[in-house]
Amino acid sequence: MQVYMDNNATTMVDPTVVEAMLPFFSEQYGNPNSLHKFGTAPHPAISKAIDQVYTAINASDNDDIVFTSCATESNNWVLKSVWIDKILHGEKNHIITTEVEHPSVLSTCKFLEEQGVNVTYLPVNEQGIIDAQMLRSFITEKTALVSVMWANNETGMIFPIKEIGEICKEKGVLFHTDGVQAVGKIPVDVQAVHVDFMSMSAHKFHGPKGIGALYIRDGQALSPLLNGGDHMGGRRSGTLNVPYIVGMGKALEMATENIEEKMASIRAKRDRLEDALLKLIPDTFTVGERDHRTPNTILISIRGVEGEGMLWDLNNAAIGASTGSACASEDLEANTVMLAIGADHELAHTGIRLSLSRYTTDEEVDYVIDHFKSAVERLRSISSSYAKVKPTLGGEATACEMH
Amino acid sequence: MAKSDLFGPSLWDEYSNKVTSLMNNPQHQGEITEEEAAAHGNKLIVADFGAESCGDAVRLYWEVNPETDVIENSKFKSFGCGTAIASSDMMTQLCLGKTVDEAVKITNIDVEMALRDTPDVPAVPPQKMHCSVMAYDVIKKAASLYKGVDAESFEEEIIVCECARVSLSTLKEVIKLNDLHTIEQVTDYTKAGGFCKSCIKPGGHEAREYYLVDILADVRREMDEAKMKAAAEAGLGGDFEKMTLVQKIKAIDAVVDENIRQFLIMDGGNMEVIDVKEGEDYIDVYIRYLGSCSGCASSSTGTLYAIEAALKEKLSDKIRVLPI
Repeated sequence: MQVYMDNNATTMVDPTVVEAMLPFFSEQYGNPNSLHKFGTAPHPAISKAIDQVYTAINASDNDDIVFTSCATESNNWVLKSVWIDKILHGEKNHIITTEVEHPSVLSTCKFLEEQGVNVTYLPVNEQGIIDAQMLRSFITEKTALVSVMWANNETGMIFPIKEIGEICKEKGVLFHTDGVQAVGKIPVDVQAVHVDFMSMSAHKFHGPKGIGALYIRDGQALSPLLNGGDHMGGRRSGTLNVPYIVGMGKALEMATENIEEKMASIRAKRDRLEDALLKLIPDTFTVGERDHRTPNTILISIRGVEGEGMLWDLNNAAIGASTGSACASEDLEANTVMLAIGADHELAHTGIRLSLSRYTTDEEVDYVIDHFKSAVERLRSISSSYAKVKPTLGGEATACEMH
Repeated sequence: MAKSDLFGPSLWDEYSNKVTSLMNNPQHQGEITEEEAAAHGNKLIVADFGAESCGDAVRLYWEVNPETDVIENSKFKSFGCGTAIASSDMMTQLCLGKTVDEAVKITNIDVEMALRDTPDVPAVPPQKMHCSVMAYDVIKKAASLYKGVDAESFEEEIIVCECARVSLSTLKEVIKLNDLHTIEQVTDYTKAGGFCKSCIKPGGHEAREYYLVDILADVRREMDEAKMKAAAEAGLGGDFEKMTLVQKIKAIDAVVDENIRQFLIMDGGNMEVIDVKEGEDYIDVYIRYLGSCSGCASSSTGTLYAIEAALKEKLSDKIRVLPI
């Protein structure tokens, strides 16, 4: 058996989605901008996909949902174009975000700082989320944009988007949310919250990689990032990626239909897995209250077991998981989320993320429980944290103080 | 940047088979008790290095024969990634049968070399080298305990990076041994600067007594001076025209290193000396441009004049530089 438990990284494309995409590669391949029938043949499918996406997040017809190549593009677009529109060509000079955003937000903010923009990175509490009222106190007359993710990729923790939206509306500040980990996992209704921009990505909800979208409220001005042939109403140029647009529409429709039922089913498996791991393996803890998390995510810390080592043993058991441990990253940087939560520095080195999907089965959960437990047992049998013979007097290590 | 940088192998693909097999099945993992050591009439030494909050930790056990100073049995325990476990295991094996004085000479390079499948392919990717540096540190710790010398006095223990507990002497040693050029490499090899980053340069989270940028610059300067001195010594008191061909090429390289190469590298290029041919009136130095220098407009004008002028000033007026 092999078990994929890394669905916050990417998901399997649903075979029904693939089937919906296939006619638009070699059968209806015309450029939708062409006047001939080859060009107009895919029009109904594109319109349908647009409807599916509008319905899924309950967007109003006055809003725009623009297809992009990925959420990284959507995030870059909002940040860079708000900089151009409100800072270079306006009176503002301040952006507020959090310490735990996706790199496509954080490194774009770093780039904007190099261009002279002031950026505030809000810290998170031990639950891994920010306090909306604290955010309020950082908004000034110079603030152009607030960018806060809807749900976090590492912890699954859901941020107080409704409250933040109201604060931004009251203060007259634009509000962007990176909705990548929320859309398709939990109900997202853009008429129930005040959000000016929201980024989405199809491959997080069983759609294909290489397609995302940006939701823009009620005709809000935003200079295009990509100039060209004025596709998508001039919002984003580039020949429409027909099969992928069709795939994203279908995938989002499937993910959000009866979403409460789907959530309940994933949540039941997630909770059973989490309960079993916490009960069967001593010296473990999970991050964030379950009710405030996306229903598929577990971030568990295992004392005495380093994350990369754990990932290694899970991989040997054909289980795909993820860790924020510095040792497993290309650059030796511990994951910012793990460090930002900061309750326990060990978390930065011992955190393992398991993220389920609607395809996760009970058999897979049982398999993971068994093999997770054996991996911890093997690595703890090697671990110095569980050694019995104490160091010779004077041979103790000085504890590592992280700052 | 080039094609190979666009999409690299995964971290684990770069582990040697030895690293993989020792991670899956470490040979010397375990503990030695006081009773076991006493039963053999040996002295037990147990030393810790690192901590769970640092990201990796190792505990080394030695059973040393007090008559011969030979390490007769050795075990380890490790909190760490695959490389940390595999290199702790190899380090423990390398200690076996050696005297304490011999064991102290085992470096992280020896551990990494022993983990290689083939002599010229590294056992782990560069960013995982720090795990073997720790194996080296714990041996020194154990030796200092056995010899009864204060760990502080055993070596110059000025801690430059508090987060990763990396000392000034370790930094200097690692930079020299591995010929490191950048702060990123120093961080890869030692972990120094990998956490709060205060120790990299002034202006970080907290003020420090030593900064990695200064240490690296100092060590590089020392290394360059040593290289220049060696080149000068090879040059029979500096008379370029009397040198052998090999000495001439060395002396030219030294001048290029000192005066030219850094500027070429900054622009993404480099050069190498191909040959030196001596005639009646001229000494012709044939060079080849590399990287972005080849084809650069200035490579046949400004850059070329600068190279020729430096060589003329430092070595001989008869030098002509000819790019090929």
